Amino acid sequence: MAKNVMMLMGDEAIAQGAIDAGVSGFYAYPGTPSTEIMEYAQHSKDAAALNIHRQWSANEKTAMESALGMSYCGKRAMVSMKHVGLNVAADPFVNSGVTGANGGIIVVAADDPAMHSSQNEQDSRILAQFALLPIFEPANQQEAYDMAFAGYELSEKYKTPVMLRITTRLAHSRAGVELKPRLKQNALKLPENKRQFVLLPGIARKQYKTLIANQAKFVEESEKSPFNRYIDGADKSRGIIACGIAYNYLMENYPNGCPHPVLKLCQYPAPKKLIEKLVKETKEVLVLEDGQPMLEESLRGLLDRDVKVKGRITGELPRDGELNPLFVRRALGMADICGAPAPAIVAARPPAFCVGCGHIDAYNAIKQVVTTGYEDGHVFADIGCYTLAALPPFEVVNSCVDMGASITMAKGAADAGLFPACAVIGDSTFCHSGMTGLLDCVIENSNVVIFILDNSATAMTGGQDSHALGRLQAICKGLGVDEKHIRIVNPLKKNHDEMVQVIKEEIEYKGVSVIIPTRECIQTLGKKNKKGGE
Amino acid sequence: MKSDIILSGVGGQGILSIAAVIGQAAVSAGLHMKQSEVHGMSQRGGDVQSHLRISDKEVFSDLVPHGGADMILSVEPMESLRYLPWLSKQGWIITNSQPFINIPNYPDQKAVIAEIEKQPKHIIINADELAKAAGNSRGMNMVMAGAASLFIDIPQEKMEGAIQFLFGRKGEEIVKSNIAAFRAGREFAQKKRG
Repeated sequence: MAKNVMMLMGDEAIAQGAIDAGVSGFYAYPGTPSTEIMEYAQHSKDAAALNIHRQWSANEKTAMESALGMSYCGKRAMVSMKHVGLNVAADPFVNSGVTGANGGIIVVAADDPAMHSSQNEQDSRILAQFALLPIFEPANQQEAYDMAFAGYELSEKYKTPVMLRITTRLAHSRAGVELKPRLKQNALKLPENKRQFVLLPGIARKQYKTLIANQAKFVEESEKSPFNRYIDGADKSRGIIACGIAYNYLMENYPNGCPHPVLKLCQYPAPKKLIEKLVKETKEVLVLEDGQPMLEESLRGLLDRDVKVKGRITGELPRDGELNPLFVRRALGMADICGAPAPAIVAARPPAFCVGCGHIDAYNAIKQVVTTGYEDGHVFADIGCYTLAALPPFEVVNSCVDMGASITMAKGAADAGLFPACAVIGDSTFCHSGMTGLLDCVIENSNVVIFILDNSATAMTGGQDSHALGRLQAICKGLGVDEKHIRIVNPLKKNHDEMVQVIKEEIEYKGVSVIIPTRECIQTLGKKNKKGGE
Repeated sequence: MKSDIILSGVGGQGILSIAAVIGQAAVSAGLHMKQSEVHGMSQRGGDVQSHLRISDKEVFSDLVPHGGADMILSVEPMESLRYLPWLSKQGWIITNSQPFINIPNYPDQKAVIAEIEKQPKHIIINADELAKAAGNSRGMNMVMAGAASLFIDIPQEKMEGAIQFLFGRKGEEIVKSNIAAFRAGREFAQKKRG
């Protein structure tokens, strides 16, 4: 029989892997480069037939907690997020190490070195290490698929959540993946130890000791993992540790095989014996990691003795940014191969609002008001398409830090005496992390004007459904915003004067105002129209 | 065989449909393939690229190495120049001549074309016009796929089979007009290459 091969992106391979490894629930909030895991599960006919849960959560924290609840019942869960999403989920994530799992849990963290679509390039492996959890880091799409199986197996063997860490490049690159026979979902089975998930101090202390005791076993698993391979080489002048996708960049530069001993490292905690062997047999060790120099740092140690370690810290590789074949080539001491430089006339082409986007009309009104008559007017923005108003031609946005920070930074600024203090946040981001900040404003009746740009979608990541749909006004009212100061406007060019008037009125009101420009994202609208027309 | 291609354009122009056709053809020809693409913020009118790697041997890197591309295939002329550092000395630039101007400082169009013409191996196509002439005003991407196909060692019928495979569910008419656009691009490239 022909092999069952599918062309899948890394994200899709992970989702298909989870489906085939008997997952019962996917949980996620959209975030590049992790979004396509949930989207794939949502479009999968298999997942539908198997009645697998696959709906978006309000944020990464609620996603992680729901996954933990699924695990509590003995079933397998997958929770996926981008790296900064893991910060939002950090509370339940770290504590899940202490509760442990009942049904297997895989936490997928998709990191974005080079910040293609992110605010930082933190390395999620460090958070998993902090939480004392095992990590899988696939080098290719096939491993991404296979690691769903290996991940649940390890998770259930030690009753521990595991992390599956990928980076942008693998998330969004396609290759052939050979599928395995499908495993059944677990039946509902509650924890044998009724106190396992009760983290009262007395219980948590005991559980934490178990987690610590498991560390040696996790290392043992890494030593014998099929994903960690020691590939010997005759030239011992250098040994190379290639983590995850970095292995590909190494091999790209040695089409006939690497002459040096190589440790392909794709499962952590780091396999100590394999690394010892490499260090003993070679004169120096080059560490290739797509992310922060986590392994390099731990090999070097605080006192920097004995072992000659090279990598990002020593400058063989750039300290920040994404790896690629050229950077690895340089680290290996080979001469550059490069085409001609791009001619000087090539202009930068930054992303911009789509033609016809409602944000354009909203910002035209906001800009007119805050830059005429209010010289100190500042606009604290948030994470989403509307951050693009920081760029020309608008240049009206003064901050973009993390999900929800617009409202709370505006509040802090108002506390400090800034007037007017405006916040701009999208409908989905508001439901993710803005509501609690708005409650802070209401409690103190802070003098802020909050724009919730409602385009009925999580637009930046491709137009996923927003939890806010049809609920924004009710949420604001429920949180205690005075109904008279919840203003709905329709952001169209023809309504410009009306919007300007509303904004002026609300700025002059000394208290919490919420202005909601409401018009659907033209991308999602276009998709719907296309569908309807077919 | 090996064919490393950088596909380039502007977010929203749909370079991924080209990647899908060539990639699908490669798979049906039993070749190894990796194809990486850009998702996220750049898709909103920014510069986007896709690395498409086809080989009869295992493909390691998801990214085409610098100086390793056999072809830059661009649906927009200025974007074809952005990726010159990736083009090998023997590589081809195959680009649409029609600019996508969504920035105020877009360079002089003649200067852009002159830069492309400095490259030893290039084919510049008015793909919008060829698509229209082939009766498929939305077939610019298929014209470009057809032009590129001449330089990729995969039989033409496999390429057209991929179009059938990918567009079949949209109906026979769409398949036919996409194949017409594909052939128009291929014929044009054939004449230019000589």
